[in-house]
Amino acid sequence: MDTTMSRRDFIQRSSLAIAVAASSGGFSLLNPKHGAAQQASTFSPHAFLEIAQDETITIWVGQTNLGQGTHTGIAMIIADELEADWQHIQVKMALAGDPFKHPQYGFQFTGGSTSIYPRWELFRTVGAAAKEMLVTAAANGWNVSPEQCQAKAGKVMHPNGRTVSYGQLVSTASALTTPEKPRLKDKKEYTIIGSTKERLDIPAKVSGQAKFGIDTTIPGMCIATVVRPQVKGASPISFDENAAMAVKGVLKVIPFQEKVAICAENTFAALKGREKLNITWSEGTMPDLDDEKLYQILENHLDNKCLVAHKHGDPEAALAKAEITFDLRYRFPYVSHATLEPMNCTAHVEADKCRIWAPTQGQSFMQMAAAQLTGLPPEKIEIATTWVGGGFGGKSPPDAAIDAMVLSKAMNRPVKVMWTREDDFAADGFRPGSVHKLRAGMDKEGKPLAWIHKNACDSVMLTMGPQFIKDGIDDTSIQGVVDNFYGFENFQVDYALTSPPVRVGFWRSVGYTFNTYVTETLIDEMAFTAKKDPVLYRLSLMEKGSRQHDVLSLLAEKINWDGTSHEGRGRGVAVVNCFGSAVAIMAEVSVDRKSGKIKLHRIVSAIDCGPAVYPDAITAQMEGGAIMASSVALYEKIHFKNGAVATTNFDEYRLITMSDIPKIEVHIADSRHPIGGVGEPGVPAVAPAIANAVFAVTGVRFRELPFDTAKLVAT
Amino acid sequence: MITIRVNGETKTVDAEPSTPLLWVLRDHLGITSVKYTCGIAECGVCTVLINGEATRSCVVPVEDVADSEIITIEGLPADHPVKLAWIEKQVPQCGYCQPGIMLQAVDFLTRNPRPTEEQINQAMDDVLCRCGTHPRIKQAISLAANISSK
Repeated sequence: MDTTMSRRDFIQRSSLAIAVAASSGGFSLLNPKHGAAQQASTFSPHAFLEIAQDETITIWVGQTNLGQGTHTGIAMIIADELEADWQHIQVKMALAGDPFKHPQYGFQFTGGSTSIYPRWELFRTVGAAAKEMLVTAAANGWNVSPEQCQAKAGKVMHPNGRTVSYGQLVSTASALTTPEKPRLKDKKEYTIIGSTKERLDIPAKVSGQAKFGIDTTIPGMCIATVVRPQVKGASPISFDENAAMAVKGVLKVIPFQEKVAICAENTFAALKGREKLNITWSEGTMPDLDDEKLYQILENHLDNKCLVAHKHGDPEAALAKAEITFDLRYRFPYVSHATLEPMNCTAHVEADKCRIWAPTQGQSFMQMAAAQLTGLPPEKIEIATTWVGGGFGGKSPPDAAIDAMVLSKAMNRPVKVMWTREDDFAADGFRPGSVHKLRAGMDKEGKPLAWIHKNACDSVMLTMGPQFIKDGIDDTSIQGVVDNFYGFENFQVDYALTSPPVRVGFWRSVGYTFNTYVTETLIDEMAFTAKKDPVLYRLSLMEKGSRQHDVLSLLAEKINWDGTSHEGRGRGVAVVNCFGSAVAIMAEVSVDRKSGKIKLHRIVSAIDCGPAVYPDAITAQMEGGAIMASSVALYEKIHFKNGAVATTNFDEYRLITMSDIPKIEVHIADSRHPIGGVGEPGVPAVAPAIANAVFAVTGVRFRELPFDTAKLVAT
Repeated sequence: MITIRVNGETKTVDAEPSTPLLWVLRDHLGITSVKYTCGIAECGVCTVLINGEATRSCVVPVEDVADSEIITIEGLPADHPVKLAWIEKQVPQCGYCQPGIMLQAVDFLTRNPRPTEEQINQAMDDVLCRCGTHPRIKQAISLAANISSK
């Protein structure tokens, strides 16, 4: 297909209407099959697809637009099998509903890099089934067999060459039964999948028309700010309601649970009222909590409370026989999502229904919370997902929605709850802290004999899904450990689940973000100790033909790997296989030994994600993943002091900025493996690749993040 | 009542004089492309042009800009080189930070129409993007400079 189009055409048809637009008035349908009006004038064989008589093809998407490109990628898959004219495609975010739940987990959420890969066959089937029905409808009208007709670019062609458009077939196709197993295309038949497309949501994000959760405006709504206790277990003893009410525009002060809310006519009034509240808090349950105390809790668990999560061979005996051994400790701090759009939510709770407008990654969590809070059945709870200004897992929990619902009930009107940046840092569900003890042994030639990884980590699932914790093991804590791919014959994973005194949550790539660091820096250390080339060493231990072997081989080819560093720059590599895809990273750095400053020159990544649906979006995810992971390696750490989160705003939480950004190259494998995820796999291998590169040029190993660059200053 | 000029139009708003311009634009005028992120002029996401100069609207009291010309991203024409370049290079991911960053780029390119890569790094070093669109921002600024010079 012709993938070029004029920018004017593109801008005209790419206004991704989203259900949040208050003026649309499109909220009368409660939990419908999809968010569309059920008109007979459209052909809608599935919840995901609707074809109108004017040829407009609407793809209804249930996965949140976090900017990851899936709102274009999903449409590309369906449109390709449908043989649609891409010019006629529009994408809309559906209200939360059953068709959009994860096919295996039964929840609607956007996380785990799952927007596309678990639905790869489903989306193709949706498009192919609709095409088959349209072809059959046309063939019936012409009195020929469907096999004699062909579909292309939104039309069905008769054997004699005349055509009928999809829009003209809407009513006759609607009368047909949807086939369950339509023929799917072979890879070589794809015309849209794998092509270069301009992302459908970008024009609105450039023009300023894009609406995020924070931009939601509902007639009659007020704005609320909610003050939470800073210290765990604290609650308000007193506050100055009169002073807050004296601020012009403040409507009401509402204490609820352990919080105090200010509802106001506008944001500034709410914030000013908040300043006047002067809350006195009780001491709380852990008033002495600080950075070291948190590490002590983790270290104590590591040394005293580990369970065996996995074991094969006889690791202790093998370790005793090893000629070279390693006994090392690692630690990782709490890290914030630091999404630039702070948490917010708008809700309107009425007697017989509850409507929520939310920048959320966790629709099902929100729906359950709403049902519990309002007592309404799920079909009376309507969740409109807005575009999201940064998610990374952070917008999974329903906290802001709970506040908005409580306050909407109290105010008897729609309420938008806005977190300040300070609220967002204080109440974020951080990447959990973790500490690790690694013991490994090898023979003189470098052959690994034993690998014992002990990990103490705050459990994310304790709050996000306790039903998934089995026998004291939270699998998300040991991702990237138990699925080690280096074929160790004597291998053990010990794990201590900690119930954290601070909030933790899913953070882009979850357990892999720290566990991969441990594995990939230690395997590098073993290679160097044995005087082996770190790439060839890894390859020799990996199963040939595995995804990780393929992707590391691809990387080595693309960077002309010869095992040496160039021009005073260190090169380091690392590999991960997670969320269905494998990624290999090469980082090239230099170090100023006077200041310790690490200069990132280049990050080259290779990804094998199976069929590459939307290559430019994959590239963007790899670029963004590399940058986010670099930021975490170099700078990011949440501090705790006097029982509270001490980090309050971006002046105290440094993110990487332009002058630190390296050149980034992305290579996408022409893969023979099944489809995998893309949002998260670009993160875990970056920090260890940088650490390995720093070692290559300085001989210094970092076993704690963020890097303590003082250690790099030559003395 | 305070009168301000936004995108060439005169607007009168009933706001406290000390209200930051950010909240006047968002809450009173419905110009939601101007985003709240930090509230302390640290991130650059709320940037607007005030008399052509990129300024963080979260710390500017509205009373201070009554005589000024305020431009938000909507105030740039659709064929503005920065907007064209941002689409051509497919810059935004979540897109939340982009209006502010684009406006800072507009101010920068006005002062430095043919910047070097190093100058771009320095000029754009004080804005935050969490999605990691930095490489594309850099490419788009170079492209916008090229488009403008034609």
